[in-house]
Amino acid sequence: MRGSRATSCRNSQDTPWEAEIHYAVQVRITPRPGILDPEGETIGRALGTLGYQGVESVRAGRLISMRIEADDEASARDSVEGMCQQLIANPIIEDYSILIEDAE
Amino acid sequence: MMRVGIVRFPGSNCDADCARAVREGLGQEALFLWHKTHSLEGADVVLLPGGFSYGDHLRAGAIARFSPIMQEVVDFARAGGPVIGICNGFQILCEAHLLPGALIRNRGIRFRHRDVHLRVERTDTVFTRACCGGQVLRMPIAHGEGQFVADVETLAELEADGRVVFRYVDESGCAAASANPNGSQNDIAGICNGAGNVVGLMPHPERAVSDLLGCKDGLPLFRSLLAAVPEAVAS
Repeated sequence: MRGSRATSCRNSQDTPWEAEIHYAVQVRITPRPGILDPEGETIGRALGTLGYQGVESVRAGRLISMRIEADDEASARDSVEGMCQQLIANPIIEDYSILIEDAE
Repeated sequence: MMRVGIVRFPGSNCDADCARAVREGLGQEALFLWHKTHSLEGADVVLLPGGFSYGDHLRAGAIARFSPIMQEVVDFARAGGPVIGICNGFQILCEAHLLPGALIRNRGIRFRHRDVHLRVERTDTVFTRACCGGQVLRMPIAHGEGQFVADVETLAELEADGRVVFRYVDESGCAAASANPNGSQNDIAGICNGAGNVVGLMPHPERAVSDLLGCKDGLPLFRSLLAAVPEAVAS
């Protein structure tokens, strides 16, 4: 029973404090404008070598996917915001954006 | 006897070399501090060695920065204690905000390992007191993420305050694009905090402490530590 907590609690109106919802979170981390991105530049050069034309700039970043449990989307966002500021991104060199969707 | 505490993170790999430099190069005591502990065990100097702490995952130094012992290291540094970060140790100090800026992927993408020449720009830090101003030192680098970057204001502040401790130069001590192995802004190889008690650098002085290693230019840096804690050395 405990193992199926997610489904059993989700619609339980008697125990709202347990009504956690699961969210699929994607954090997109990219080098800040002005910060040199050797990886992106190398990819760009390789694309040129392969004959792809019109590639004006390439920036390479990182995508972190998470599944998290929270009371609602706002608290999920707050939580992920904190994670980004403390650990996931380095604001000196990186920008981040957060995408949150309901998870199955 | 001076006690140099060398922090071991999972993935540190220059810890033994650092201990050897302290023991054999200086004749002082080196002790290893496991990153999960909360004690510096009476160390007079804290050294964060090179390596790949936590596999360099996320960003180099990003996870090590939250190791339990780092709270003590930060307190020690804030109280004026000498803290040195070499290579990955430098990256950790930046992530921990004990030093400004960040170290990103080398401009040429590749991991670079070769000897470089450094010019000592400042001689009143805990790691350069035994050096002469403008002295040129040769020692190896070995890193993939050694490109020092900071925003325009921070960089200007570092330069204005004379907090650039080491710069990549050619053999004769002159700036040269070919002498900068990683694209670091202003050829920066190492910096210090405002008080000069926290120093980080990418090159490896511990790999240049005996003729057997081909060079002894790293010794003056370690000798500088003796001047930083004279009371410990004397006792």
